[in-house]
Amino acid sequence: MPEPFLLKHIHEPDPADLRGYLARGGYEGLRKALAMPPAEVIDEVDKSGLRGRGGAGFPTGRKWKFIPPDPSVIRYLVVNADEGEPGTFKDRTLLEGDPHRLLEGIAIGSYAIGAHQAFVYLRREFYRARDLLERAIAQAYEAGWLGRGIQGTGFDLDVVLATGAGAYIAGEETALLESLEGRRALPRLKPPFYPAVKGLYMKPTAVNNVETLCHVAWILARGAAWYREQGTPILVSISGHVTTPGVYELPLGTTIRGAIAAAGGMRGGRVFKACFPGGSSSALLTPAYLDTPMDYDALAKLDVPGSMLGSAALMVMDETTCIVEIVARTVEFYRDESCGKCTPCREGTIWLSQVFERILHGRGRMEDLDLLAGVARGMMGTCFCPLGESVPPSLNASLRFFRGEYEHHIRTGACDVGVTA
Amino acid sequence: MTPPRLSDNAKSEIRSLMSQFPQSQSALLGALFVAQDEAGYLPPEVIEDVAAVLGLPVSEVASVASFYHLFFFKPVGRYVVQVCTNISCTLEGCGGVLRHLRRALGIDVGGTTADGRFTLRTAECLAACEEAPVMLVGTDRHGRLTPEKVDALLMRYHEHRTPDAEPRTP
Repeated sequence: MPEPFLLKHIHEPDPADLRGYLARGGYEGLRKALAMPPAEVIDEVDKSGLRGRGGAGFPTGRKWKFIPPDPSVIRYLVVNADEGEPGTFKDRTLLEGDPHRLLEGIAIGSYAIGAHQAFVYLRREFYRARDLLERAIAQAYEAGWLGRGIQGTGFDLDVVLATGAGAYIAGEETALLESLEGRRALPRLKPPFYPAVKGLYMKPTAVNNVETLCHVAWILARGAAWYREQGTPILVSISGHVTTPGVYELPLGTTIRGAIAAAGGMRGGRVFKACFPGGSSSALLTPAYLDTPMDYDALAKLDVPGSMLGSAALMVMDETTCIVEIVARTVEFYRDESCGKCTPCREGTIWLSQVFERILHGRGRMEDLDLLAGVARGMMGTCFCPLGESVPPSLNASLRFFRGEYEHHIRTGACDVGVTA
Repeated sequence: MTPPRLSDNAKSEIRSLMSQFPQSQSALLGALFVAQDEAGYLPPEVIEDVAAVLGLPVSEVASVASFYHLFFFKPVGRYVVQVCTNISCTLEGCGGVLRHLRRALGIDVGGTTADGRFTLRTAECLAACEEAPVMLVGTDRHGRLTPEKVDALLMRYHEHRTPDAEPRTP
């Protein structure tokens, strides 16, 4: 297996120290990029096969090609550092472990698309990451890796650290832009508001995820060919009932079983029951799917609607887990985080929660199972943005694979598996 | 008691945030945190002051502030304790941690202790699932929580201000 590189330097004593970063070969990717025409930088990223690691998995090079290369147009790069998908913690790990890598990726991306201002929308709760980034940015300015005429070239770039304020929906890219403009984080209509065309302040904007930009720094430093030889790795956040929860750097296409093995296997010799492969917005999967490769296409092609790689947040549950309780918790999460802009999401999540509430409190009725499925159906394809559409996949999968558990709750008013929380 | 107003220092900090953005409204969330850090929460007078500095309608500032979870419109404790209750933490027993905190602090979720030291809240995924169950106390993150560990932490925040425990509302 290739050596991990994304996670190689996350345990340095002072992650924000510029001298240490330079000594480890840092900013080599930016130096190389600045010696290339911007279009070639984009081509290199394109050739690497890198796809956005925020959840949607859109090819990064292609995203950048949508930005008009017209120098008379102001363009922006915005970093989505609002990591909030349940079970996902790899961006925080990178922010706290290798902040200069992100700055290098930001500078490369900005150069590639012709942006002279970049904004990092950082989740408010990431206090440690904010302190480190503030220091790293100050050091990078001082040493001429940011600011005017970077490293004696004609390229200027300012990086501004902005803040979130507690809203999951702000992770959706157009809602993020609204929030970054100082408004409520309500998603915008796509089309016409594709960020590449009408983004921040209605100007062409590339919105990239933290991990994505860290990949970019490595790709430019070592080349697209080298990157592909490494198996185009991704960071997988593994949590739940495994022996060693953590962030693992695995080749794209590692099976779910392989990922669990990387995290030390199931804890305490317990038995795998189910998992979310890509955050709570991806459909629940059962033991029958353990050999599915964790890549964009294999997960999306399963016979479980809404299965996806997403943010590669693998949440693993053993046989002691009450699936009804877990799905209820998921539904409540989306209910609380719904921005309220569209009816199916705002009302659908409330109705679903009410039904779950009664099932979990011994007041459920058998008809409730059809009611859950019916509300979920009413939310598919009708919500304004992906938040509401994230609810039906797990709900439907749980009704399909764990119907017996729901029925037991409804019949007996009690759970037949160990209650976990 | 006279209502808190925004100090000149806070106003100039907000102006410097505004200067970082092509459009000054982009500084609004940051400005509200500057105000909240100073006043402890966001009473109407402080919202008026923020609106005046940014040149925005008070209604707009209040509307934006009310959208986000981390702005407080009533006084909160010196340390806001936020316990993650999302899936990974549920799988690792956050329910027990939360029950223990309610007992130990003698308050329910949303409440503030009589001495004004702690406010208890739940939080959505704090992106630290490798050390679930997780909570934030002020700006410090603590993981692998057990009732014993929670007791030890509460003691620490009760007794003295360690350097990493500077009170700052989230």
